[in-house]
Amino acid sequence: MKLAKDYDSVMGRSADIMKASLGLDFNDFESGSVAFDYEGLMKATGYTIEEVDKIQSRTGVGHTQLLELRNITKLARKYAKPGYGARIFAKDEAANASGSFKDRRAACAVAHAKKLGYKGVIAATSGNYGAAVASQAAMQGMKCIIVQECYDSHGVGQPEIVEKARKCEALGAEVIQLTVGPELFYEHLSVMEDSGYFNASLYSPFGIAGVETLGYEIAMDCREKFGKDPDMVVCTQAGGGMVTGTARGLIKAGATDTTVVAASIDLTGLHMASDEQFNKKSCTTGHTGFGVPHATNPDTGDVPRSAARPLRYMDRYVTTTQGEVMYMTEMLANLEGLERGPAGNTALAAAFALAQELPEDAILVVTETEYTGAGKHIQPQLDFARDNGIEIVFGDPKDDVPGKNIVLPSDPGLFRVKDMDLDKLRKSLIKRSVPRANGKKLTAEDIAFLAADTRSDEAFVKAALDELGVEY
Amino acid sequence: MAKKGEWVRIHKVVLAAADRTAKLPDDTKKVDFEMWVKGTLQNETAEIGDEVTIITATGREETGKLLEVNPYYTHSYGKFVPEIIDIDKKLREIMQFGGEN
Repeated sequence: MKLAKDYDSVMGRSADIMKASLGLDFNDFESGSVAFDYEGLMKATGYTIEEVDKIQSRTGVGHTQLLELRNITKLARKYAKPGYGARIFAKDEAANASGSFKDRRAACAVAHAKKLGYKGVIAATSGNYGAAVASQAAMQGMKCIIVQECYDSHGVGQPEIVEKARKCEALGAEVIQLTVGPELFYEHLSVMEDSGYFNASLYSPFGIAGVETLGYEIAMDCREKFGKDPDMVVCTQAGGGMVTGTARGLIKAGATDTTVVAASIDLTGLHMASDEQFNKKSCTTGHTGFGVPHATNPDTGDVPRSAARPLRYMDRYVTTTQGEVMYMTEMLANLEGLERGPAGNTALAAAFALAQELPEDAILVVTETEYTGAGKHIQPQLDFARDNGIEIVFGDPKDDVPGKNIVLPSDPGLFRVKDMDLDKLRKSLIKRSVPRANGKKLTAEDIAFLAADTRSDEAFVKAALDELGVEY
Repeated sequence: MAKKGEWVRIHKVVLAAADRTAKLPDDTKKVDFEMWVKGTLQNETAEIGDEVTIITATGREETGKLLEVNPYYTHSYGKFVPEIIDIDKKLREIMQFGGEN
């Protein structure tokens, strides 16, 4: 019998489709309430960090250079108090096979799909992950479909996303391009169901296990070069995989004293599912539109439970602005001789300000760079912004209004980060988790889970539940 | 006119605006949920705008309105943005490149 493919029918079968497309039953890890066995889920990949490293090494992924950004460090020190201004380094993840750290996530997922006997892989992404999955699928001799949110209702696409579609096609993938809206998930599920391909989700445990090698390498690189662990590691925060995987890798390496900072571009005020505002953004990832919801409500993606749980791992969550990231991208090219794509530079823009808080002998590592090309470059992105009525000015980034202007710092001394209130984010996660108890009292296991999920303690969770009037 | 076997791009309305039931902002509710995909044309001949069938790169069959034959990308490095030169000048001046830096 042919299955009904209308919206409600497909969405109604989502649990079965996801189960079949991952070869993993998430129910095995559920408690029936708020809690689930996160570490159990992560172990279900069945790969140790050494095995992941082997898989990645076979396909031109990982062991990227840790580059010292000497001129950027020197510049930052001009604005720091005497004796301050950490040495800034960046992992040159652009050197991975398809040009970004996403290769690490894809390598693991695609190798696993191959092992399980799937004929192809599918991923929903408008980002570098598409190229990464396509590249890995090509290496493994598998078919690949990438589902992209790409255009507004006038058929106008962000140049950065259009370039990613081109790259996916160059690597042999089929690209399904869609207009703005959460119904992307419906199309994704529907194609997954028909094709029987593996769901190379960004949020599966395979995707996160792949990033652990990045954190591990950073710790090892620093020990080898400086005889110590990095003092601070700054990760761009969007879906949460970078923060989660890097921090887990650092912990696995024993680098438990390293401060992990998440950084997003502040796009407050722009609605991510708005057709009209879609092209008012001048960056397509690494922003608060993804970063905050994925931190406070991780289980909303294309898997029943997300393996990316950034609030568990971040010590700080800071924001920067589109103008600062664009400026930093130009700075990286002009002062360091490294022309890289803008999206990877969110963390670097934040790092420029954060380095000034640390002493000169401190080591600060930015976890990534990404490839650049037509569309994925500050000139087409600024040009596109201007064409969309966004004002581009030099000034103080504090005057930045997402969707209205891009304020390029009139002086490098104006780079700043804003710290988000982590307790507020923690409370938000707790509030969003409560419905999973289905009106029942939260259990002791739930409280312990929420304490871990928010990197707080049981007293904090209980106080938050009391505030919400939720029984436990 | 497009002929069978040519590489084409099609467009399809996946969900008409009236059928969109997901939680959406008002502006998005008013517009269709659309899709674009490329593949090999299966119809003997077709004109732009005709309802056609294609086979995609992974071998899937899709239908939709014919939009382009031999589709190609036009994204670029963008038009000149003078502010970028200003950034370069400022940074090189502060860092005294070519001088006693």
